Amino acid sequence: MMNNIVRREVIPLLSDEDIVRARKIVRDWTISLKFSLVDQTKLVTAVSELARNTVEHGGGGSALLEMLDDSIRRGIRLTFEDQGPGIANIDQAMTDGYSSRGSLGLGLGGTKRLVNEFDLSSEPGKGTRVTIARWK
Amino acid sequence: MEKIPIIKMGDFLLVSIQVDMHDRLAMALQDDLTIRVAKERSKGVLIDISSLDVVDSFIGRMLDNIAAMTRALGTETVVVGMQPAVAITIVELGLSLENIYTALNVDKGMALLEARMKASVDENDE
Repeated sequence: MMNNIVRREVIPLLSDEDIVRARKIVRDWTISLKFSLVDQTKLVTAVSELARNTVEHGGGGSALLEMLDDSIRRGIRLTFEDQGPGIANIDQAMTDGYSSRGSLGLGLGGTKRLVNEFDLSSEPGKGTRVTIARWK
Repeated sequence: MEKIPIIKMGDFLLVSIQVDMHDRLAMALQDDLTIRVAKERSKGVLIDISSLDVVDSFIGRMLDNIAAMTRALGTETVVVGMQPAVAITIVELGLSLENIYTALNVDKGMALLEARMKASVDENDE
């Protein structure tokens, strides 16, 4: 099924403040799509986790926000991209409790549980791209 | 730099987090609160997060760290007012808050701290 993109925005992710801004923008989008409070909270929390990974682990990057309409339902898709060191072992990175930065981070498994779609691609030395989506 | 205010209430310290904290602000709160606990010889810390609509792994760890640090100083921390949507989300995220006590609101949190204070006095009397 074709996804129509009804709205699009790019958020630069370079600092702590950008993570806060990403949370706020995504919150506003979820409200405009009338997501339930729990669904809003889940998506915004997932965004916070991934935005921080982009800033801290990826050395900065960006998030592309897209509001989707597949004629039956509406949703929000986010693509986080960085040109950082990448993830050598994706299976390990998805495991709960694993983080390459020692005590920081929870691993991506928890974040995946907060969204409907999750796709991770990464190449060591080239960067990481994570795409998530949550439907209303 | 902006700061989260820490209010002294008798033997307790009260922090009400009203803003969407960026990470440095959260780290500053962790340090400030631990220093204040030692300085004021506080018997308990209450952190009201009823205005927080997101607790991610960073904020969760900050709260857990505060509890661990104040406990190392002989003081308990109670986190109060967590929104239901936040509670649902942190459980799914897999966040484990091992060190913190929680209570529904400030009154219940205060009662919990007072009960714990009394319990530790009784232990010392024995």
